[in-house]
This record gives sequence, structure tokens and C-alpha cells, in this order.
Amino acid sequence: MIIHPVLSWLNEWWQGVVATYGLPSCFVPAAQMVVHAILIGGFIAVLVLFLIWLTRKVSAHIQQRFGPMRVGWHGSVQTVADALKLMQKEDTTPRSCDRPVFNIAPFLAFAPTIVAFVVIPFGDGAIIRDLNIGVLFLFAITTINVIGVISGGWASGSKYSLLGGFRSAAQLVSYEVPLVLSALGVIMLAGSMKMGAIVDAQSRIWFVAYQPLAFVIYIIAATAEVNRTPFDIPEAEQEIVAGFNVEYSGMKFAMFFLAEFANMFLIAAIAATLFLGGWRGPWLPGEFWFLAKSFAIVLLLMFFRWTYPRLRVDQLMSFAWKFLLPLAFLNLIITGLILVLI
Amino acid sequence: MLTDYAFVAFFIVFGCFFVAAALIGAWFIRPQRPSRIKGDIYECGETTRGTSWVQYNVRFYLVALAFVIFDVEVAFLLPWAVAAKRLGLYAFVEMMIFVGILLVALVYAWRKGALKWA
Amino acid sequence: MATDTAIHTQEFQVNMGPQHPSTHGVFRMVLTMDGERVVDCEPHVGFLHRSMEKMAENRLYIQFLPMADRIDYLSSLFCSVAHCQAVEQLMEIEVPPRAKYLRTMFMELNRIASHCIFFGVFALDLGAVTPFLYGFRERELTMDLLEMTTGQRITFNYPRFGGVAADLPDSFFAVAEKFLKVFPGRITDYERILNENEIFLARTKGVGVVDGARAINYGWSGPNLRASGVNFDLRQNMPYEAYGELGYEAVVLSNGDCYDRYLVRILEMRASHALIKKCLEGLPDGPIVKEKVSKFPKVPAGEVYARVESPRGDYGLYLVSDGTNKPYRYKLRTPSFNNLSMIREMLPGVYLADVVPIFGSLDVILPDVDR
Repeated sequence: MIIHPVLSWLNEWWQGVVATYGLPSCFVPAAQMVVHAILIGGFIAVLVLFLIWLTRKVSAHIQQRFGPMRVGWHGSVQTVADALKLMQKEDTTPRSCDRPVFNIAPFLAFAPTIVAFVVIPFGDGAIIRDLNIGVLFLFAITTINVIGVISGGWASGSKYSLLGGFRSAAQLVSYEVPLVLSALGVIMLAGSMKMGAIVDAQSRIWFVAYQPLAFVIYIIAATAEVNRTPFDIPEAEQEIVAGFNVEYSGMKFAMFFLAEFANMFLIAAIAATLFLGGWRGPWLPGEFWFLAKSFAIVLLLMFFRWTYPRLRVDQLMSFAWKFLLPLAFLNLIITGLILVLI
Repeated sequence: MLTDYAFVAFFIVFGCFFVAAALIGAWFIRPQRPSRIKGDIYECGETTRGTSWVQYNVRFYLVALAFVIFDVEVAFLLPWAVAAKRLGLYAFVEMMIFVGILLVALVYAWRKGALKWA
Repeated sequence: MATDTAIHTQEFQVNMGPQHPSTHGVFRMVLTMDGERVVDCEPHVGFLHRSMEKMAENRLYIQFLPMADRIDYLSSLFCSVAHCQAVEQLMEIEVPPRAKYLRTMFMELNRIASHCIFFGVFALDLGAVTPFLYGFRERELTMDLLEMTTGQRITFNYPRFGGVAADLPDSFFAVAEKFLKVFPGRITDYERILNENEIFLARTKGVGVVDGARAINYGWSGPNLRASGVNFDLRQNMPYEAYGELGYEAVVLSNGDCYDRYLVRILEMRASHALIKKCLEGLPDGPIVKEKVSKFPKVPAGEVYARVESPRGDYGLYLVSDGTNKPYRYKLRTPSFNNLSMIREMLPGVYLADVVPIFGSLDVILPDVDR
């Protein structure tokens, strides 16, 4: 509604440029790529700054505090100040670390997040590329940052980060299966893995109405995927101090932080698209509905975080394998049965 | 189709560039005064005892194995899920046999204690 | 599993503390880990040793009075009351009833403050951040009341030999009334936040179980002991100050796990609230300090053991006087040290994540351990 006209106007303009100057036709998608990438990069940066501020404010108000108040209106530019501070921090590298792996880990943690935004439908026509394996692509690409987390934890050479890395690997791996299985029901209903097609299939009724169980499983597994309380054992402050990123400082730490918050939004955006009808909504532009639904889920995750204690690692694992996984299979079987028989 | 994946590839490069730009940008303004103590790993203020690169508890690898099995299963389920409506009952029954076999495997792993954390 | 015998897991050692978010001060545990399991624990104490006992022996009795507050800063009033009680017993001073009531009331307020911190910190140890702030909010109310009377918020320096330092200000009663009115509701809030939380129960029930006999063998006292089913509370069994007149029935639970140790303290907050109410209602008139007691007493030769029920347990002070104005021997039996002594036996076999609630549920305070 908002983004699509702008982009198509830009497209036409480029085509005009290509035609006038006789440039090769691959110029158009190349220019698109650059513009889209910069837009997404900027969006993520602003989004994360806002999300961190929101987290602090929400937590503060749950805890009967004010939270940041000094920098800007109600501390609204506090995160910018924090980011600037992090930039000026010395970037220490522990002597006993595995240096190449230690340095690559932030890339592995952050880059997949930005790639995942390729298939997120922000609004009507506002999707960068509607891949025909959209959902599969999303789950595949978001899993890569586990490798960043575990390699960061392992390479640091600290025992706390090692414990954090292993916990993280075990946890993300365990919750990955129910997560994808819960999305499977949606794929069956929509008959496509394209994000756009899934949104279109919900033009009348949201899939959450057909798949309430899958939605609950998805939210639980997603909370675990992004390391939010009650599943935040990879960075459990009281046990292993900060988990995998205990040795990271300065900008490298900021990258992990950025990835964490961007992932939180991503997982909420996926939930909004798969279960809550994506950008579809009455009267207002699709971009608004998409953001509203995503932020509703982000807020839900924040409420979890500031109200629940943390599970223990064995409880976490047995919950995933002995409860969530059978439940997800059950949901799959029921969905399949109903779909085939009706 | 190919341009789609060119986008994906470009975004991967851009993601790495994003991180690199942030790290290099900070490199210009941050101090760089390493010292021996700063190079120590965090150990609650004590000197480290032993290395952290050890043969870790095998439990974690069992979970990783279980994950590989079930994730591959999901990968097989996906194509069927897309076409579930069209393929009808026959494919459904076939798929359920496949899922059933893996559920038996899950029960087996459960019974054997592979999912237990102790 | 069968594979366990075939594949060797290397154990590794983790330093937990002294600079760790959940060691409540500077306590160090060297944990030998097998993956997530603790195999062995080697506790180290003494980082906060200030040689309190020796300092007491080199100072006048009155000079050590404000320092006694620093032994256990979360329940500082108990330490200075014990100090005064010991001196009073040796000098055979009878404290006026009003002073007794005031001491009792403020000790109970102090207990609530201490338990509020326990509540917050224990929840924080389990990863729930919000109760921490709630605990501190209610602690603030008790601090306000204490500040109105004593002028201090942490180390009150309130009791004196033969009485207390200050009477209640006129504005105290209205504020106290308000506190008494809101506080039970706040405890209900606490209970609603944690007591029925499935995750909290899963993390605390059946974790770190200690039975009564073992608790007694290790010299446990206070809420930890009562959570293990031993009905012993100095306020009930050996009443001092005004507890005899007020009457008190100890809170006793039986499971001896982390959850019961938590619950005992929550219930004790209610009991303390009732005691404060009784104190205010039955507050006798009269002097707040015994007349003609020297500020710099020469204490008659002899020895005495004074004990009070602090929020952490049985706080004992063995005082030997040689007739001068300084103690000859000032031996402290602090509850935290004894409560902590079992940690080495409790930890092996538990998960790393359980170390934190087990340690937290003992509610030790490191200055009290190290003195």
C-alpha cells in the first residue's frame, strides 16, 4: 500500500534509465538489490534501537519503575547513546581464544537474520522476493545463527561461554523440530510455502482459527529459538553469567545483541504472517497491520520475559522432546486427516 | 527464479558487509590498549583451572543426533504438506506410516533414556 | 545409557565466584562439572573477613555497638541487640518494658526487610527479574519506618545498654498503620507471583532436600531448619525481649527443599506482621532506657551467651569479660556460616542451574559468614 508504489515507481525509473543509456538489462535487479538491502539494513537498525528501548520501558513499567528517562523524550534516544558508547568500547580478545572462529562468530550470528528478511511480506506487494520455498528458506536460514552462537561460545575459551554455547545448541536444535512441524499445518492449509500465498490464503479467516494448537506450539518454540525467558538458559545470567557472549565486548557484542533483537522481531513477523493473516487487515495500509501484529507478539514475548522464572536445562529438553514434539505430530496428523477427508 | 537467489546471495554478502562495516567503523574510534590482564578469560576473578576445550558430556551429541533424524523427517514432510490436499488419502496414509516409524523411534529413544538429561 | 561407559567425558572445573552475579557477595565455589552436572564442589570463604571479633576485643563496649551492625548488614539490628543483651546480662540490667517492645518491633521490621530481599533475590536467582523489584519496594516501607525512628536505613545503631536510643516520633503511628494495612496484600501479591508458578515449582520443589536430622547435625538454624521440619525458633522456645509476653508460634514446614525454605520465609513475613501489630497495640508507656546506666560501662567479670533469632537463624554471642571496659573475648556464632557448611554435600549431583537456587535458598550473607 505504501511501499509497493514507491518501489514500482523506482523500478520504472530504472528501466527508463536502462533504456536511455543502453545499459545491460541485469542493471535493474542489481539496483533493486542494493536499494532493498540498504532499506532492510536501515530498517533493522532502527527497529532494534526501538525494540531495545521498548524492552526497557516495558520491563520498567512491569516492575513499577520508569526505565530510561533522561536521554530524549522518555529516554527515546537512550539506545542511540548506548550504541555510541559500545562503539567506543575497546574490543578485547581473550588470549586463549580460537581467534578466527571468535571473529567469524558475530558474522554468523547476524548475517542470517538480515537474509531472512528477504521473504518477509511487509505489506501488499512489499516483499523483496517471494521465494517458492519461503517458509523452508526462513527456517533454514534462521538456524544458521546457532552456528554463530555455538562457535562464539566454543571459541572464547571460557567455561561459561562453553556451557552457554552447548546449552544454546541443544536448545535451539530441540525446539527447531516442533517449530517447523507447527508451520507444517499452515503449509498444508495454504498448499504453498510461498509467504505471499500463505497471506493470500488467509484473506477470509486467519490460520490461527484453524490451527490454534500449532500457534501455541509455534509461540513456545519461537520463544525458545530466540532465547527469551523462560527458555533463556544459553545466557542465564545467574548461572553462566552471560553465556556464549561472555568474552565479547564492544561492537562484536553489539552484533550479537543486534542479532538477538532482530531475531525476536523476525520470529514475531513470521508468526504474524503464518497465523495472524500477515499484512491483511481492514481500512489501514497493510504495512501498519503487519507491524501491529508483529509488535503484539513481540510484546507477548516481552511479557513472558519479565514475568517468568527460567527453566532448568533438563526440564527444557524434556519439554521439547516429550511434550512439544508429540503434540506437534498430533497436530500434523489431525490437520492432515481433516484436510484429506473433507 | 535465478534472480531470486541472486537476491539471497547478495543479502548474505550485504549482511556480512553490515557487520564488517560496524566493526571497522568502531575500529577507528575505539581505544586499543591490550594488556595481559585484559586478555584473560572471565573466570569470576580467579585464575583459570584447566582448559575449557574438553570432551564434553555425550548427552549433547545424542540430542544432536535425534535432531538430525527428525529434521530430515520434516524435510521429507514439507513437499507432501504443500500438495497434501491434491494427493489425497493414499499419500496421507503413506506419510502417516513414515511418521509412525519415526514416532516409534522417538518412543525407543525415550525408553532408552536418550532424552533423559542425567 | 549403555554408551556412557564407553565414551569418556572429561570433567572440567568452573570457578563460581567470587565475582559472579549470583553468589550474593564474595563467595567462591570451585565446581567440577561433568557437562551440566556438578560432580564436586570446593567452597572458599573468607573474602570478606574483617576480624570483627578481634576488633570488638580492642574497643570499648559502646564503640563496638555501631560496628556490630556491620556484621550482618541485612539484619543489622539483631547483631547490636545481641551485643546489648550480653552486656545487660553481665551487668544485670533490667530493660524497661517500652524499650523491650520497641526492640522487638524494630527487629521484626528488620526481619521483614531481610526476608523481602530474600524473596527478591531468590526469584532473581531463578531468572525472574520482576519479583526482585517488588521485594525492594516493600523493603523500602520498612526502611522508612526504621529511618523515622533511628535515623538510619541500613545500620541502625539503635539499641543502647539498658534500652534504646530514641522513642517513636509522633508521625510514626500513621505511617506504621498504613504499612500494616498494605503489607498483607503485598505478601499475597508475592504468593500469587511465585507460589503457583509452574516453572518456579519445577525449579524449587524437591531440589536440595535436607532432612531434619541432617540439618541439626550441621548446626542449621532459623528458617532453613524450620523448613526441614524441626520446630525450633528462639522466639518461641527461649523467648527474649518482649516475645514472651507477645507469644509466638514458629512457622514449621516439613519437606526441607528449596521451595519450603522459600515458603517459610514468606509465612514468617506474615507472622512478623502480626507481631508488629501486637507490639504497637500493647506498647507500654514508660522510659525507653534504664536510668543510671553508664554509656561507657565497666562490665563485671564473667561470661555470658546471648542469642537472638535473626532472619538467618540463631545468632549467638559468647562474651567473656575480665571486668574492664573492653571485652576479653567476643566470640560470634553466626547462623550463615553454619547454614552454608552443608553446601559441599548438597551440591554434588545437581545441575549447574540448581546450584544457584540451592545456594540462594540458604539465604546466607557473606559478611555474616566471614565476619
